[in-house]
Amino acid sequence: MVTNYIPIFLVLLAASIFGAAVVFSSRIFGPLRPNKVKIMPYESGKDPIGTTNERISIKYYLVAMLFIVFDIEVIYVYPWAVEFKKLFAQYGLFAFVPMFIFLVVLELGFVYIFMKGGLRWD
Amino acid sequence: MNITEIIVVSLIKIVLVIVMILVAVIFLVYFERRISAWIQYRIGPNRVGWKGILQTTADVMKLLLKEDIVPSASNKTLHTLAPIIALFVAFSTYAVIPFGPDVTIFGYQVKLMVADVNIGVLYVLALTSLGVYGITFAGYSSGSKYSLLGGIRSSAQMISYEVSMGFSVAGVLLLSESLNPQKIVLAQSGWMWNAILQPIGFITFVVSAFAETNRLPFDLPEAEPELVGGYHTEYSSMKFAGFFLAEYANMIIASAMITTLYLGGWQIPYIDKLGLGVTLTTLLQVGAFFLKVIFLLFFFIWVRWSIPRFRYDQLMSLGWKVMFPLSIINIIWVACLIMIFNL
Repeated sequence: MVTNYIPIFLVLLAASIFGAAVVFSSRIFGPLRPNKVKIMPYESGKDPIGTTNERISIKYYLVAMLFIVFDIEVIYVYPWAVEFKKLFAQYGLFAFVPMFIFLVVLELGFVYIFMKGGLRWD
Repeated sequence: MNITEIIVVSLIKIVLVIVMILVAVIFLVYFERRISAWIQYRIGPNRVGWKGILQTTADVMKLLLKEDIVPSASNKTLHTLAPIIALFVAFSTYAVIPFGPDVTIFGYQVKLMVADVNIGVLYVLALTSLGVYGITFAGYSSGSKYSLLGGIRSSAQMISYEVSMGFSVAGVLLLSESLNPQKIVLAQSGWMWNAILQPIGFITFVVSAFAETNRLPFDLPEAEPELVGGYHTEYSSMKFAGFFLAEYANMIIASAMITTLYLGGWQIPYIDKLGLGVTLTTLLQVGAFFLKVIFLLFFFIWVRWSIPRFRYDQLMSLGWKVMFPLSIINIIWVACLIMIFNL
């Protein structure tokens, strides 16, 4: 039913209003006296060296890519999981075997990444 | 119910739950400080109010009156947006968590949850993923190296554990045949709790929940000795308070989700056999839900002050090499349970 989703939108609205209210409340109650030293980026008391626009370790990109691959697999598993009991009543073992093969293939990809050293941090 | 009634009823519920979470966070911070003091044989805050119970309120008042410093090297829009996203996620996830069975108040059939939708679990997972943006933006926009490192670490950590979290939830869906949290709770009647039927999935989900909420032993993003404050190094005043609030609210939501998915939600085993009245049963069940959540919150605090922090490579290998395969084994385990015992 569509009406079931009205509260969700109200919650999203209330949460964003609440978040904005908390963040902007210090503008109203707090002072605002910035000076050059105060707004300098923190680097343990020294003047900051360089900027933050530097290279980031390739490992983080690798993790992000692995995440995309495996998180999409999760979405393939969900519909099967929700319908599994009905499928099992109807098709018996054939409701399970295809998903088992799918998971094994998934794990093979995982083992490949593992062997290639994609998960090694040093 | 017509649309006006739905809007009025849900607005009342939203306000009630937001107030409830705020009060809970205030007490949770106080209890965390007291319990940590107790574990470390200290006294802890005991000056403001009776036994220091108003300490958190005083801290919030102080933060409210502090200056909101925006560093010169920062991206101003993202810097302001990050705590808003964090709070938005923390205060919208609770919407689908059932506190108790349906009740009748003044002739109205009221559900003890804000929104009864049939995709509840997906909604929670989707919003939890959004939470990564808050922390990444905070780290990226601050213009400080500590923040950047904390933000990147944190986003890699959160997306890694999200995978095993997603796979653990699939085990729950197998048994409940629904994504609706209320139906998941109803499927766990008696002692058929998911924590008992699928202990592997329970453990992987709890560990992933710890990592998702950035709690010790997985609080790498704000590892003080190496990263100062992590992604909120450059935040002050109520923006900092916003991150703090979101972190503790996330803890409460994580506990509520663990309760709903694995510990039978508001169900008390065999309470219908006792022959109590409807009102008393409902009250006891709502009480049971909150007791389970409070126990899990105590567990969160207990773990934080007992176990040292992981090293970053240990954290990532635990997530990918242990939790991920275990959560897939859990799916096969549950499917076999269903096929053998016809649950």
